[in-house]
Amino acid sequence: MKIEGKVWKFGDDINTDEIIPARYLVTTDPEELAKHVMEDADPEFPTKVQPGDIIVAGKNFGCGSSREHAPLALKGAKVGAIIAESFARIFYRNAINLGLPIIESPEAAKDAEEGDIIEIDMEAGKIINKTKGKEYRFKPLPESLKKVFEAGGLMEYAKDKLAGK
Amino acid sequence: MGMTLTEKILAEHAGRDFVEPGELVTVKVDLAIANDITAPLAIKQLEKYGIDKVHDPEKIALVMDHFFPPKDILSAQQIKISRDFAKKMGIKNYFEGQDSGVMHTILPEKGFIAPGDLIMGADSHTCTYGALGAFSTGVGSTDIAYIFATGETWLKVPETMKFTFYGKRQKWVGGKDFVLTVIGEIGVDGALYRAMEYHGEAIKDLPVEERLTITNMAIEAGGKNAIMEADEKVLEWLKDKTNKPLRMIKADKDAKYCCEYEFDASKIEPVVAAPNLPSNVKPVSEVAGRPINQVFIGSCTNGRITDLRIAAQILKGRKVHPDVRCIVIPASDRTYKQAMHEGILEILADAGCLISTSTCGPCLGGHMGILAEGEVCVSTSNRNFTGRMGHPNSEVYLAGPAVAAASAVLGRIAHPEEVVGTKEEVSV
Repeated sequence: MKIEGKVWKFGDDINTDEIIPARYLVTTDPEELAKHVMEDADPEFPTKVQPGDIIVAGKNFGCGSSREHAPLALKGAKVGAIIAESFARIFYRNAINLGLPIIESPEAAKDAEEGDIIEIDMEAGKIINKTKGKEYRFKPLPESLKKVFEAGGLMEYAKDKLAGK
Repeated sequence: MGMTLTEKILAEHAGRDFVEPGELVTVKVDLAIANDITAPLAIKQLEKYGIDKVHDPEKIALVMDHFFPPKDILSAQQIKISRDFAKKMGIKNYFEGQDSGVMHTILPEKGFIAPGDLIMGADSHTCTYGALGAFSTGVGSTDIAYIFATGETWLKVPETMKFTFYGKRQKWVGGKDFVLTVIGEIGVDGALYRAMEYHGEAIKDLPVEERLTITNMAIEAGGKNAIMEADEKVLEWLKDKTNKPLRMIKADKDAKYCCEYEFDASKIEPVVAAPNLPSNVKPVSEVAGRPINQVFIGSCTNGRITDLRIAAQILKGRKVHPDVRCIVIPASDRTYKQAMHEGILEILADAGCLISTSTCGPCLGGHMGILAEGEVCVSTSNRNFTGRMGHPNSEVYLAGPAVAAASAVLGRIAHPEEVVGTKEEVSV
């Protein structure tokens, strides 16, 4: 799976209140949530972001609440991937469970600037910043998580087991 | 090699004699919980995949607390989805409206938690139960849907950090000041993916309610869970609440910790976490004087009876400053009734506090006390991120109940001694 997109850059500790403020948690509809995605970090983000764009952030992306509405809002906005120096634990699990590509790469995250074009090769574990002409390696997911992600999420991965087959 | 408390509970629930940090294990879950925001998303996942029964309805609890009582039509719909699901699946532990309240306050009160249990919750503050000697952590809705359906989940065994508090704490210093001091020291990602194990005489000296405040905020340091050994005080506290077997689980003497921190409780002052991170911790004296517009005393962090008693000690015979709305929300219906019996509600009402039925409400900027642009709030809750309690340009200072109550009286951030003096000992 290859992903290419334009970078939107954010800082450290982007929390779930900024990704999707609680005042919008009265729906579970991804498109509805997407109308407010990242609103408290950048009020114009919901109108600026284009399908396939890549969010690049600092440390501890997705900290705060367990609301899965956060990765769901990013999926609803068709964000292609998130690269960060590190991710908060619950957000990380939620993203994998929904099949949203997230990559931990401190180097790539630090170097990238807003507007850069980045290509991610999930299988090869490679990030190419085309604007900067730089390449980065990242550690692929552990085998069990990789299967969940590649199936498109936890429920899809486990559907036979869940159906009692 | 020995095991930490977290490792012991995970090993037991994985059916293993021994686990070590870094391993991925599949564990049996004793209790899976969700609220009115996270349950509907889990239910949607189950419905999408045609799952029409849960693994064990006895091991599920649903608590409507975030937008409860429903603040608008959409939030009422979310609660209805949850209620209908509970009925359809035979989930008896569905709580809304009667003998209910904030999930992390009511579940221990109702005896759902015992030492050694493994609890998974679609709510980040599920880590609260560690003070009772349980392993508990937050996950999202899809994870909880999977647990509802199968009764199990996967976990990575975390490394454990050890925090020891020794010495005698000062007056007006409590669990909130301890945990904010820890978060100030290690940062909002200082415990990322790790377990936080608390020890020491100053922890043992705290009432169980204030220990719950400490474990509640593990997530604010990025922690997977926080945990304490269940001692006599915990067993005594649980005895009348639960029918579950009560046992003492201790960490092995030769357990391995990834790092150790020590704190002298006698040197800890009342503190606040200034905007916009829970790690931005300062002694109250440093920020005293900042004018405020709202005080919120409540939430799963500090909405228990001990918190209300402290607030009443300070507010008794005094008045909330005219520029401040002071919102007090007992975090459970039982707490509300207890506070009524003890005369606390009357003291607070006489002081001019606004007392509401139990809800998470203002903590997450949901309802019942939203901040306008530029407004400043002292809150006993757990997060002060940008826009957490209202407008993105409002400010939240996190504090314990003593600082919150003192600030309400003076209309500015204040040390409790500024209100009650250094000698006064009031009891209610």
